[in-house]
Amino acid sequence: MILLTRKAEFSSAHFYWVDAWTEEENQRVFGKCANRNGHGHNYTLEVTVGGEIDPVSGFVVDLKQLKDILEKEVVSVYDHRHLNYEVPEFATTVPTTENIAIAIWQRLEGKIPNATLHRVRVYEMPDLFADYYGEAK
Amino acid sequence: MKAHLNRRYHLSASHRLHAAEYDEAKNREVFGKCNNPFGHGHNYIVQVTMSGQVDPVTGMVCNLGDLDAFAREHLIERFDHQNLNTLTPFDTIVPSTENFAIEIYRIFQPFPHAHLENVHVEETGNNSFDYAGQ
Repeated sequence: MILLTRKAEFSSAHFYWVDAWTEEENQRVFGKCANRNGHGHNYTLEVTVGGEIDPVSGFVVDLKQLKDILEKEVVSVYDHRHLNYEVPEFATTVPTTENIAIAIWQRLEGKIPNATLHRVRVYEMPDLFADYYGEAK
Repeated sequence: MKAHLNRRYHLSASHRLHAAEYDEAKNREVFGKCNNPFGHGHNYIVQVTMSGQVDPVTGMVCNLGDLDAFAREHLIERFDHQNLNTLTPFDTIVPSTENFAIEIYRIFQPFPHAHLENVHVEETGNNSFDYAGQ
């Protein structure tokens, strides 16, 4: 098996807030991320898939096809959107980097022909990123 | 669901690679320009990988504020803008980036809110070292 990684970028707004908590509690746990007017990031997504190399094409997956899947399943839904208000999985789940990685995994699982998802890595900033390897790991 | 959180910290420090067990010639042979008696320095990047179940309410492996405060107190304040050779344990062992990564692993291992998976230290843009424990 060989691993292949494709990057994509999206820019989104979000804030961290738990409705069941008081304003003070949200401020204490989430700090400036709890500003309800929201803030935003340029996210970088790295999707790593594993598979066998096709002996004829030399590909694990067709990169153009993988790019199109990332565009359709993730970028077109997240890019230039407010995650809390416009992306259904974050209507009641806090859009932390960890949860974004898990949500992207769930969006992509089973959608990539001839390859299995190995890792979803989401950079909120160059110095902060989360990895998800699926339920099994 | 278990996820990994990666956080990078920046610190600048000087060091000199020199082993008391070797004579001067052997030190120069083994460590080359890193053996310069006056030392030299790097902008280090320390990347820690923490794992744990994502809290169903907060959506977090651990609170980044807690991790940053821990790093500030135990890593940055201890090593930033210092001469590594003057500080424990590098007063007795060579402050190679391998040994630095191992010491940083020891520092983060007791962090109470998540499990330490890996320490990655970049000495320069071209050199990096990983330590994931024994």
